[in-house]
Amino acid sequence: MKTPEERLNHFNACIESEVKIEPKDWMPDEYRKTMIRQLSQHAHSEVIGMQPEGNWVLRAPSLRAKKILLAKIQDEGGHGLYLYSAAETLGISRDEMIEQLHSGKAKYSSIFNYPALTWADIGAIGWLVDGAAIVNQISLQRTSYGPYSRAMVRICKEESFHQRQGYEIMTTMMNGTAEQKEMAQDAMNRWWWPSLMMFGPPDNESAHTKQSMQWKIKRESNDVLRQRFIDKTVDQAHFIGLTVPDKNMKFNESTQQYEISPIDWEEFKQVISGNGPCNHKRLSHHIKVHKQGKWVREAALAFSKNQQKNKATLFTN
Amino acid sequence: MSTTDNQLPLWEVFIQSKSGTPHKHAGSIHASDKNMALENARDIYTRRGEGRNIWVVLSDQIAASKTEDEAEFFDPADDKVYRHPSFYKVPDGVKNM
Amino acid sequence: MNTKKALYNYCLRLADNNLIAGQRLAEWCSNGPILEEDLAMTNFALDYLGQAEFHYNYAAELEGKNRSGDEIAFTRSERQYFNCLLLEQPNGDFAQSMMKIFLYSAFAKLLLGALTHSQDERLAALATKGIKEIKYHFRHSSECIIRFGNGTEESQHRSQFALNEIWPYTADLFEMNDTDQALISLGIAVDLNSLHTSWLLSVNEILNAANLSVIHNQHMYKGGYKGNHTEHLGHLLCEMQYLQRAHPGAIW
Repeated sequence: MKTPEERLNHFNACIESEVKIEPKDWMPDEYRKTMIRQLSQHAHSEVIGMQPEGNWVLRAPSLRAKKILLAKIQDEGGHGLYLYSAAETLGISRDEMIEQLHSGKAKYSSIFNYPALTWADIGAIGWLVDGAAIVNQISLQRTSYGPYSRAMVRICKEESFHQRQGYEIMTTMMNGTAEQKEMAQDAMNRWWWPSLMMFGPPDNESAHTKQSMQWKIKRESNDVLRQRFIDKTVDQAHFIGLTVPDKNMKFNESTQQYEISPIDWEEFKQVISGNGPCNHKRLSHHIKVHKQGKWVREAALAFSKNQQKNKATLFTN
Repeated sequence: MSTTDNQLPLWEVFIQSKSGTPHKHAGSIHASDKNMALENARDIYTRRGEGRNIWVVLSDQIAASKTEDEAEFFDPADDKVYRHPSFYKVPDGVKNM
Repeated sequence: MNTKKALYNYCLRLADNNLIAGQRLAEWCSNGPILEEDLAMTNFALDYLGQAEFHYNYAAELEGKNRSGDEIAFTRSERQYFNCLLLEQPNGDFAQSMMKIFLYSAFAKLLLGALTHSQDERLAALATKGIKEIKYHFRHSSECIIRFGNGTEESQHRSQFALNEIWPYTADLFEMNDTDQALISLGIAVDLNSLHTSWLLSVNEILNAANLSVIHNQHMYKGGYKGNHTEHLGHLLCEMQYLQRAHPGAIW
């Protein structure tokens, strides 16, 4: 047996030399807690994120669009599942995580508290929201916790079509009727700033960033990731004729970066603390569905017990 | 397990992607019996044609070595170079060995 | 009815069944009882929508009026849809949705099995592709029904209620009209009467295993293949066709 000091040294040495931390490894309690918090928040975001897009599945304008949107939302459910599994390796059950979501103890990304009002929002969500998520997730592929890193690799691979499908919708609408163009610009106006907020508060105000960076849970800071997203997205917007809703945005020739106006962090705080347009709707929907599904889960469990007792078997093949 | 609700037992999923290759760990799912576990694994881990065969096993049925034991378990194999063919000298010109 | 018109109608029936099945299943997206099942239902929906797209595109070719598959799928009115009544019924609880998939996939498995021998090569090819998916739906839904029937008192009750609710729409699956008559003798369409015994057999096997029983002598509703629907279809179409109707001619 190692002494506590030896174990901590070993852990730090692993982090230092880019050796992934694995579920059965010793880790500081704070690392475990931080990891669980981040993983469950990420998983909940994927699952709650199914709702705004789900709002348009039944009204998708073509068979192709309907299939793509369904497959995308399904991916998000799958990604929630991978992330819950990664969190479960740290000793928390999915039941507990869902309880924490329902009690408000666990959070999810504030972006999903905005409504998807028109079909163009489906384009904007795919292009901007998934685009922002991908920038973050690519960086997280190198996170120090093994199961999280592996989940991120799989998720990044699967999500590579998400942003493209969103941009395709925006492009098609910008090439369409006047009404379609108006819808696309309107969606851009509403989703631009919230997408930038997805990267979290500025580095100098971020509560968790420093420790998370030391432990290599986070590999790059909020501001660095945000700027990367801005620089690639602004050009994409201009390319299809969309206006970025920021009159004072400037391109800095020397840094080769876009400089944006200050972000309204008050709005961010309001949405995070429960006062966004859809906070109540999203959470109460999840709670309602969870309650409605209870009998199905109970039946499955009861059947498996009865099966062992009565040898009632399922038909295989 | 939580007292108030259940998400069904946890299973580990192993997918064989091509004939002749080994099954590789893909991730986990929740299910109440073997059939459900196989179907859930199919629906979640083979959506992009990744699989041709699936194994599932209840997570609590897997025994794993401890990382603390890593040195005792695995280091002793490091200096047994005579287990590898490159350890042996064969005269130049000898073929098919 | 001439053969071409009959084939078009028959193709529409297959397409409409797939579309309405897919649309109803898509309603489960983010509403499933457990994440795994949410994804399974979405997979089913995607299977049906994929089959629908193939059938609509074929129907569009047969029609020869330069309409796209999407136009046919999204711009007709209630009476022009030829799907069966069972699939347009509201989802109800999870037991009712599962019961619908179970009873329908038991039927579609036989229908597509027979259609793989159709004299119409396109229909035969689509059936060959579709039947693999349908077999899986039948397996998954059968197992669910057996679990419910042998699960808790509540699940037993809910699945029996589901069966009582859905069963009256099953005769409609086998109800033939002029379209069938025009195509059966040519070896293109399937004589639905010939499937009925096998369907009953496979359905009863599962229902017995689930300790569920059919109430006989209920009134059976019919007319879907002729465009005589229940009131539910109109609402489904309102939602599904909203963008196509609000922006005629727009490309998405």
